Amino acid sequence: MTPALIVALPFLGAMLPGLMVRTSRNAAAMACGVFTALALLGLILNAPAVLAGEIVTTRIPWMSQVGLDADFMLDGLGLLFGILILGIGLLIILYARFYLSQADAAGPFFTYLMLFQGAMTGIVLSDNILMLLVFWELTSLSSFLLIGFWKHLPEGRQGARMALNVTAMGGLAMIAGCLMLGQVAGSYRLSDIIAQREAIQSSALYLPALLLILLGAFTKSAQFPFHFWLPRAMAAPTPVSAYLHSATMVKAGIFLMARLWPVLAGTPEWFGIVATVGLATMLIGGAIALFQDDLKGLLAYSTVSHLGLITMLLGFGTGAAATAAMFHIIAHASFKAALFMGAGIIDHAAHTRSIRRLGGLRTLMPLSFGLVLIASLSMAGIPPFNGFLSKEMMLEQAAGAAGLFGWVATLASVFSVAYSLRLIVHVFLGPVREDYPTAPHDPGAGLWLGPALLVAVVIVSGLFPNATLGWIVTAAASSVTGQALHPHFALWHGVNPALLMSALAITGGAALLALWQPADRLRQSLPRIDAKAIFDAVVGGAERVAGAFTDGFSNGSMSRALAAQLLVALACGFGAWQSGLAGPASRPMLPVTPVALVGWVMMLVGIGTLVTLHRRRILALVLMGIVGLTVSVTFVYFSAPDLALTQISVEVVTVIILLLALNFLPKRTVLDTSNLKRGGDAFVAALAGLGVGGLAFAILRRDFAFPSISGYMVENSHKLGGGDNVVNVILVDFRGYDTYGEITVLGIAALTIFALTETMLGGRGARRLQGWVRDMRRAGDRHPLMLGVATRVLLPLSLVVGLYIFLRGHNAPGGGFIAGLIVSVALVMHYMASGFAWAMQRQSIPYHALIALGVLAAGVTGAGAWFAGQPFLTSAFGYVHLPGIEPIELATAMGFDTGVFLCVVGAVMLALNSFARIARQAGRDHAAPDATGTAPTQATQP
Amino acid sequence: MEFLIASAIGSLTAAGVYLALRKRSFAVVLGMTLLTYATNLFLFTTGRLVIDQPPVLRDGVTAYTDPLPQALVLTAIVISFGMTAVVVVMALGSFIEGGDDHIDLPRRDREGPGA
Repeated sequence: MTPALIVALPFLGAMLPGLMVRTSRNAAAMACGVFTALALLGLILNAPAVLAGEIVTTRIPWMSQVGLDADFMLDGLGLLFGILILGIGLLIILYARFYLSQADAAGPFFTYLMLFQGAMTGIVLSDNILMLLVFWELTSLSSFLLIGFWKHLPEGRQGARMALNVTAMGGLAMIAGCLMLGQVAGSYRLSDIIAQREAIQSSALYLPALLLILLGAFTKSAQFPFHFWLPRAMAAPTPVSAYLHSATMVKAGIFLMARLWPVLAGTPEWFGIVATVGLATMLIGGAIALFQDDLKGLLAYSTVSHLGLITMLLGFGTGAAATAAMFHIIAHASFKAALFMGAGIIDHAAHTRSIRRLGGLRTLMPLSFGLVLIASLSMAGIPPFNGFLSKEMMLEQAAGAAGLFGWVATLASVFSVAYSLRLIVHVFLGPVREDYPTAPHDPGAGLWLGPALLVAVVIVSGLFPNATLGWIVTAAASSVTGQALHPHFALWHGVNPALLMSALAITGGAALLALWQPADRLRQSLPRIDAKAIFDAVVGGAERVAGAFTDGFSNGSMSRALAAQLLVALACGFGAWQSGLAGPASRPMLPVTPVALVGWVMMLVGIGTLVTLHRRRILALVLMGIVGLTVSVTFVYFSAPDLALTQISVEVVTVIILLLALNFLPKRTVLDTSNLKRGGDAFVAALAGLGVGGLAFAILRRDFAFPSISGYMVENSHKLGGGDNVVNVILVDFRGYDTYGEITVLGIAALTIFALTETMLGGRGARRLQGWVRDMRRAGDRHPLMLGVATRVLLPLSLVVGLYIFLRGHNAPGGGFIAGLIVSVALVMHYMASGFAWAMQRQSIPYHALIALGVLAAGVTGAGAWFAGQPFLTSAFGYVHLPGIEPIELATAMGFDTGVFLCVVGAVMLALNSFARIARQAGRDHAAPDATGTAPTQATQP
Repeated sequence: MEFLIASAIGSLTAAGVYLALRKRSFAVVLGMTLLTYATNLFLFTTGRLVIDQPPVLRDGVTAYTDPLPQALVLTAIVISFGMTAVVVVMALGSFIEGGDDHIDLPRRDREGPGA
């Protein structure tokens, strides 16, 4: 199975419970389990090759130009983490099935869990650092969803937000660091980057890249001082804590440090930062863990401590330390996941996780006691369990390191022993109590099977480390260091410094636990630093700064925001003009004709009066009509008859819509801006006008910088598109896909108008409309007879004109857009002359259907090309010869144009119809017939 | 001639921007319409000014103006009609429901329901 498929499997598995949201826990868990098991199987099938030193890869080119390819690789390190993620994942799925209650939404839970699993598998199998970053963020997101899974718990929501803030912030830093790394290495492929140790370490970008990447790794792996999010993530359901926040996700940072070990490690900076931070985290985490009362809190801080241990080992930068780190990753995952599940079992049984309320569970929950006992002893580093082996290796490395590492590591181990023993002594030993919230009892097999298997691993790998874990640790450590390592693990190394330190730690730990009560009192008398308060203060400060910034830019005044945006655009345009290259103004100018001059004067006078008189709205509308008309004339003057036809018919419809709106809106704009504001706006407007006008002039005075594609369209319009009107052929054929999108957008716009009208006609707007007092005198005769008769005579005529314009569109100015607008105008005339109700009564097709039909017709015509084995929207045409008349051309583009036509008619009419409905609603009460119904003609308006 | 067109486009833009910066919805709609004219004319003239050479093929004629900007502008005209209509219905709705035609966000809306 290829690595790509292994990564894909959990994501596929995520879909099943996601699709069946209300599915039973059994079905969801089963679906997830099958996919996880398949992925695990795929991984194991690749294991022999990997152990033989091979690197299994999948390369899927995607955007190779920017270095973003879906490259996957499976080496020893990936195999170790992959087995950990998928193996523990399988146990967690089983555990979660029995842990979740009937009331929990199992579908979403398992989906999130699988998303996480996929993202995590993606991280460890990525061979592209950009793709790794994507998976990295995905783990942050899925972790957020899982921590906040119990949405009703405030701690869950806060914890989720905090985890996301911290890890996503680190993730952002890491993106920058990884980009630097890729820049230096000249490739974003991990295997290429790893091979360039000298180049990267000698680069000036090494230190910034290192710091940024470590920021990402430390936040993710909860290293001091970013450790505070992890204990608060314990608000998540326990399977999540066991899986994400102890066994896998928090090890992503560790993984990254291990993955980039060959290029980043071995420098004084690396040792100084990584080893020190790891050591500090190990000590602080252990000290805090000892005094936690919440079972999960204790385990969380102990996880922080152990992550520090692994980080410190990686920081040492030696092969032996890396081997120890790999061994401890497995050891920690096995005993810590078991302990978390054990904590969940206790919580399930006793309904409390507070250690102060527990004790004496040994006889009540013997099985759980056995499991927790072994896992805790392993955590404490007591032989013969696997925790002992890794702790010995760690102490050996620390003793060999410079300075105080040995002593501090021993002290941290003292804490580690103490809290591990506390877990046994304070929870299980002691007298049986009377006051448990509920009677504790051992759980069913579903809950204990998972931890039991992990405990088995703890025992067997402690007794036979070489046989059980030697192969995978060797493979992983070899791929981390890039050298072939041959470590040998043994429980007994003779009496050496590490053994003495271990003995010291165990006795010290036991003594510390015996003195726990006084120690706890001492701790309570010390001042405490509340990380949450600091975090909240930082977040609050950031929010205030961001808020002030946002408010400075947009204070609710659209004018201000628009002006700012405009000035930025102008500055950008000016910058581009300054820095770009424009050839000399070589294109000769056309002579000015008297007609053009008249048109120009008309337009400028129209614009000028419009701006001066814009507050008298109806007059402004008339002036706008004049300007629009001159624009249409401009189009026809400069050889664009199609545009002129379109513009002029759109103009009519726009003016009608604005008039309908003005029916309600105030007829005058109140002057409510200061002279200063108007002066400033005029300045901005003048700048914009000069900019756009100047740019237009510059373009007009120059020839095309490079050949345009229009020549192709002119040449092939007849040959390929079967039409002589090139503009129409472009619309329905060459760029038909554009047009298809555009009519869809037009339809959506019309539906939006309809929907807005619907809401306006319900609720508060409707009540206001009913009591509407008109501010203008009404016409004496609402529907003059002359006008009515005239439009009725004109309607068939205009429909014929519309049809004619439509039919000739392919070869002469016209086409679906224009015909649609003309027919709409004709219909609107009817509405105006005879009244809304009269027209509605006679209308049999709803306009929504017209829009749908239009888009459908265009789509079907386009899809028809598939049957001819051609791509979407390929057109065909032929000529039909009928006796007596000219040959008639039939093109499939005609079907497409019909779609355009229908959609335009539908959209325009639906928009107008909606406005008319608002007008009808005004000033009438509820007794009147519904606007869309068949109202009697005379009842339209009072 | 080029200067006439360029100055017309510039004036349309300036007028459109000025009106779009007003504080009442109707003026903004007018401004947007003028800006639409300006933009459409601008796009159209990127095909350069050509008189009496409409892009409709005829026998014996070889010179045609650039059809591509025309096709783009044609759909742009129709789409901007759709946009204008949506904006107008929004303006109308806010006037009917809110009682005035200010376009600025009132303070109470900006600060959300909690404030």
